[in-house]
Amino acid sequence: MAYNSDTRVCIRGARKQFGASGEIVALNGVDLDVYPGEVVLIIGPSGSGKSTLLRSINRLETLSAGDIWVDGARVTDPAIDIRKIREDVGMVFQAFNLFPHLSALQNLTMAPRTVKRREKTEADRDARRLLERVGLADKEHARPDELSGGQQQRVAIARALAMNPKVMLFDEPTSALDPEMIKEVLDVMLDLAKEGMTMIVVSHEMGFARAAADKVVFMDEGEVVEVGAPAELFDSAVEERTKRFLDHIL
Amino acid sequence: MAEIIPKRGDDAPGDVSSSPARLTVNVSDGALIPDRGERSLFSAWRISFFGAIVLLVTLPIVSPSPYLEILRFIPDGVVTTFQVTILSILISLVIGLITGLGRISRNVVLNRIATIYVEVIRGIPLLVQLFYIYFALGQIVQVPRLTAAILAMSICYGAYMGEIFRAGLQSVPKGQMEAALALGLSRRQALRKVILPQTLLIILPPVGNEFIALLKDSSLVSIIAVADLLRRGREFASVTFEYFEAYTVVALVYLVITLFLSKIVSYLETWVQKRGVQ
Repeated sequence: MAYNSDTRVCIRGARKQFGASGEIVALNGVDLDVYPGEVVLIIGPSGSGKSTLLRSINRLETLSAGDIWVDGARVTDPAIDIRKIREDVGMVFQAFNLFPHLSALQNLTMAPRTVKRREKTEADRDARRLLERVGLADKEHARPDELSGGQQQRVAIARALAMNPKVMLFDEPTSALDPEMIKEVLDVMLDLAKEGMTMIVVSHEMGFARAAADKVVFMDEGEVVEVGAPAELFDSAVEERTKRFLDHIL
Repeated sequence: MAEIIPKRGDDAPGDVSSSPARLTVNVSDGALIPDRGERSLFSAWRISFFGAIVLLVTLPIVSPSPYLEILRFIPDGVVTTFQVTILSILISLVIGLITGLGRISRNVVLNRIATIYVEVIRGIPLLVQLFYIYFALGQIVQVPRLTAAILAMSICYGAYMGEIFRAGLQSVPKGQMEAALALGLSRRQALRKVILPQTLLIILPPVGNEFIALLKDSSLVSIIAVADLLRRGREFASVTFEYFEAYTVVALVYLVITLFLSKIVSYLETWVQKRGVQ
């Protein structure tokens, strides 16, 4: 398959091997098209390569073979200025990874000011707007350790949005959260989806999938086993492996 | 030596590398760090500290000659001791930062150079280094005593500082660098804006300990005739032959200074832990 120019994120033949002789295969030839405004949920057992795939999109992992394009730019080109691409790709981590020495507001403004050389007043204004959007307007001075897990993750989402990304990657955004905090994070993600953000989400939140996902990708052993609309995949999966996995988590 | 051990507690499953780690700084070097559990009125620290002060006050009153004379004679030396200590610690911090960055660098050459520096310097006694810089290298370029002293102390402690910086840099969770890179920062920007500020906070207590250790080791410079606290005591004694009295005062003054500083370091530790680097 060749590059599809209608996509926001295009993945072709993604392979990733680890180990001295490449004996551990994390990704075994993955193809995926993500169109602008689409919300894609990636599910699969642990070790199936979902996170590796996600992290390859902004090159936190480098592929052994294959190509990934973001908005037409070939991420896997070693000569490309990866920083330029990362500015357009927001990422939210399982462990939040907020900067503990900075306040919530400073967490949001640090990258725009450092990378995009934005003026402080402008950056602050935009950051306040984003904090308000994730329901944390009153927390701008709080340090991460003064915030609950759910609040930290919402700040982390706002921090990624502060760079005005064209696509957002979520790496198990709710798995480190206490159950009562999952909803507040998913609500923010739902709003984002409604506003038309292109999102790739590694998560097993089926409620979110049904409410917001345009398609669900089931991965196993480094391969895409099945792709479909949430209702289609959850209720009438074709592949045996998909069915078995869904039985397990639903 | 001071050690920084990231304690990973109840981490979230999966991406362990990026989960927040609770950091503790374990200090095992003999800088007399007061145990915070020991809060009684007669803690070892209080007995030593106030005992030394009482002696330093009563001795000159009871027996002004020679004790008062000694106390009048040595302040120059205290100034020199602090001069050597403070300048050396500042220079060694710069050397330590560069060495620490080299030690974690993925550039093989830089990494190797930094590691060799640490290995070589830590394997040679400070006194030998002092002799080497002042007498041996002195045959090629003669530098003033004070400069040689500060140079030797800085180069020696730079290696130890390098290890503290390395441990501090490595104790910042990997997810911090990833988050910074994902936002579009360059490695250099991420280091400056994200990793180093957290490192500096973490290494504050161990650096404080190095400061105390360096202050004590600075007494070695008296051997190349830098007029520090110890040297001034010796100068006094060599005229009056009151060795017992002179060195008693010198020891007490060192003790009061180091005990006082170790209390500050202990408060620093509590403060850093309270500020909680996540």
